[in-house]
Amino acid sequence: MSKRMLMKGNIALAEGAVIAGCRYYFGYPITPQNEIPEYMASRLPEAGGVFVQAESEVASVNMVLGAASAGARAMTTTSSPGFSLMQEGVSYLAACHLPCLMANVQRGGPGLGNIAASQADYFQAVKGGGHGDYHLIVLAPNSPQEMMDFAILGYELADTYRIPSLILSDGVIGLMMESVTVRDDYVPKPPAKPWALTGCKGREKNVIRSLWLDEDGVIINNNKLQAKYREIEKNEIRYEEYMTEDADVIAVAYGMPSRIARTVVESMRVEGLKVGVFRPITLYPFPYQRLADLASRVKSMLVVEMSAGQMVEDVRLAVNGKAPVELYGTPGGAFPEEAEVYRRLKSLLK
Amino acid sequence: MEQTIIYERPSSMVDLRLNYCPGCGHGTAHRLICEAVDELDVRERTIAVAPVGCAVNAYDYFDFDVCEAAHGRAAAVATGIKRVLPDRLVISYQGDGDLASIGMAETIHAANRGENITVIFINNANYGMTGGQMAPTSLVGQITTTTPGGRNPSTEGYPIKMAELIATFPGVKYAVRTTVADVRGVRETKKAIRKAFELQLDGKGYSFVEILSNCNTNWKMTPVESNKYITNELVNFFPIGVYKDDYKE
Ligand SMILES: Cc1ncc(C[n+]2csc(CCOP(=O)(O)OP(=O)(O)O)c2C)c(N)n1
Ligand code: SF4
Repeated sequence: MSKRMLMKGNIALAEGAVIAGCRYYFGYPITPQNEIPEYMASRLPEAGGVFVQAESEVASVNMVLGAASAGARAMTTTSSPGFSLMQEGVSYLAACHLPCLMANVQRGGPGLGNIAASQADYFQAVKGGGHGDYHLIVLAPNSPQEMMDFAILGYELADTYRIPSLILSDGVIGLMMESVTVRDDYVPKPPAKPWALTGCKGREKNVIRSLWLDEDGVIINNNKLQAKYREIEKNEIRYEEYMTEDADVIAVAYGMPSRIARTVVESMRVEGLKVGVFRPITLYPFPYQRLADLASRVKSMLVVEMSAGQMVEDVRLAVNGKAPVELYGTPGGAFPEEAEVYRRLKSLLK
Repeated sequence: MEQTIIYERPSSMVDLRLNYCPGCGHGTAHRLICEAVDELDVRERTIAVAPVGCAVNAYDYFDFDVCEAAHGRAAAVATGIKRVLPDRLVISYQGDGDLASIGMAETIHAANRGENITVIFINNANYGMTGGQMAPTSLVGQITTTTPGGRNPSTEGYPIKMAELIATFPGVKYAVRTTVADVRGVRETKKAIRKAFELQLDGKGYSFVEILSNCNTNWKMTPVESNKYITNELVNFFPIGVYKDDYKE
């Protein structure tokens, strides 16, 4: 029987990872995600696992690379400046086809910025960040429940496709407390990993690498990566819709702003106004097609995000001129205001 | 007449032509590692981490599992592997640019945590692969492509002595410096590598073997001259010896 518990988003994420079979956590403190390493420091040894406080984010992500190479479900988490430091390792993880789970509980940037919630690392998460042609599976939770569920889903997808999964969260979702159904009846079933480095007993040696100095090695690997990404784009797009069936105007938002948008839409519906919310759950793969379909029958869309405007570019790409797309973006750790979302949706209805 | 084989390729070394320059010490160091792996009969539970540098292709030469790491990050990668598989022999093989420059933090902190791994450190006093630029270990006055007037301590600092530095950490159980420049050096290196592996297999803690090696190509010397340079010059600043041994016989 699953139990319900009041849980902070960060803790829900950490416990979700443990439930998913993660036994190796490597990380470095940074606000607003410190609850995760702190929780793992006591939780993992109790679960027969290992917690290492690394000397830096650079080291953390490379420890994850080592542990993932050895076939384990390993994890690191951080916040924006830390995720910048991890980009080198992220590129290598992607190139090496290594499954793992990472989380970026975003804060305001650029630079040291502030410790308020933000969504300004969207580009970095979905458009690269490290060097080379690669993608991560990027999941955007909007509740502590999803912090837990996506930790589990993140590992499942990572192992299925041999790809790093990233939970792109924000400081509010990380720190808010809500009732969570703890999925402690979940039984992790990681697939066999015949490619893992375990010592070559009874088989040929395994090599995990991202270097090919021969003529077409890198091209072959890139083609393999791209084929995998096409497969993921076909199978793993996830989104949530609220009152979109008959909506004339749709708010598009993920993470924390999706909750604000929903509250506003609920109250506008009471007034009889035809508005809805579209929430991308996977930011990669992005729900381009569904947004395109919606765009052909709505008046306009309003993108609400805690950045100067990043996801809005993907929404515009999806909509492709079929409907006007307006942005309400709040950079630097500022919060979208309900009154402003209301005002903008209403004016777009006219 | 009956023939006795007294010397052959270690079975954990792949039968391939190495891509190292003829006369380079990397090949010798590889061989000694493979000999020790064979002698200890641990090929099937050995996992090496290959660096960025001339030894970047080490995964082609070792006939056991190998993970390649980003420049300087080998010790962190080795940490991840070892924490998951504590009963395997985990070897990090790194050059001086890799270990003492870009990877200094990872190097020192893995040593300080006392990770139960073995780090084989090839010190050839320059960046071989990228064409002979200054390394943290280049000697004062050494001419490299980025120190055309010779390394000047007032602007480039002094060479870093890794074996001595590593030996200062309580988590380190064994730290030595050897050479592969002559027969005696090769024998000593083999002994050191074997001992380092044994300590790791016994769960004793971190071991570090610094090997003074040549880079005859970038030093612009013949292999013989380069080995003489090691035994006559390099050792004066980087003395051969055991800097730490918590398990002396
Ligand atoms: C992040 C990064 N920076 C720089 C390089 C370029 N690079 C490749 S090898 C190397 C130097 C390696 O020198 P060393 O570790 O001394 O090994 P050697 O080639 O001498 O054996 C450098 C700087 C790289 N591959 N990655
Ligand atoms: S460049 Fe130097 S270190 Fe590299 S293989 Fe040639 S001699 Fe050896």
